[in-house]
Amino acid sequence: MQAIVCQPAAAPLLFSAEGMVGIIFLLTVTLVLAGAVIAVSAQRLVRAVSGLAVCFTGLAGVYYFLLSPFLAMMQMLIYVGAVSILIAFGIMMAAPEEKRGAGMKNRSLLAGPLAFSVGALMFAAMTVLGLKTQWQVFPRQGGSDIEAIGIALLTTHSLVFELISIVLLMAIIGAVVLAQRGRN
Amino acid sequence: MQLLNLYNCLSTYLVIGALLFSFGVYGMVVRRTVIGMLISSEFILAAASTNFMAFNRFLAPDPTVGQIFTLFIMAIAAAEAAIAVSIMIAVYRNYKTIDTDDLVDLQG
Repeated sequence: MQAIVCQPAAAPLLFSAEGMVGIIFLLTVTLVLAGAVIAVSAQRLVRAVSGLAVCFTGLAGVYYFLLSPFLAMMQMLIYVGAVSILIAFGIMMAAPEEKRGAGMKNRSLLAGPLAFSVGALMFAAMTVLGLKTQWQVFPRQGGSDIEAIGIALLTTHSLVFELISIVLLMAIIGAVVLAQRGRN
Repeated sequence: MQLLNLYNCLSTYLVIGALLFSFGVYGMVVRRTVIGMLISSEFILAAASTNFMAFNRFLAPDPTVGQIFTLFIMAIAAAEAAIAVSIMIAVYRNYKTIDTDDLVDLQG
């Protein structure tokens, strides 16, 4: 068994429909990576949030390539539409700006390179793990469209579904209570 | 042209997930405001979702489980972002800053 799972394994021609899909996928991945780099390295936090939105837009495209248009739509709605906007509102209310020179007194000069090496080490370890493992492919049972997701969500996973609703309700109430405390 | 077949390979998505995770870890250490750390934590959650979706597409016998788990991760991430932003607003009201270097009352 080969270590790298490709379905189908045959590579398409450059000037064909599948080749076009491959080019679009490469563009999508570029969007994800560019957004992630901007979000992590930008000095101004507004730019970081914009990078986050760009990255999550690309990630929605990646979900589309993983045969799940429903999750791609949810990614756009929840992450790009709600979470990014929420963080942008947080930035506008607290107006935080990372000080360039003044705030560095408590911080070791090693923090940047140390963080980079930790991230690079984790990336290398997980990439090796992902590429070397002999993944076992099981035969498919059932569909993966919205109807199948809805049925599974309300039958097999109904308890978790209810629990997540309660968690979201508690989060809403908790957010209101926390943000209102101490307000004149 | 093997490069154009990348979207049909499991390892591509695993590498994307690993990249997002390491970006999140890097940002978590480097950022000096609470909001920057919140943004980085979103990347870590997105990396987990990407891995679940990739395994769901290529390996799982039941192709709905990974999508439903990713939906749950999205719900948790939304709740977490709401709570984090409200905590941050409360902290800003008391300290007039959300710079992590200034929030050192416990002398940790």
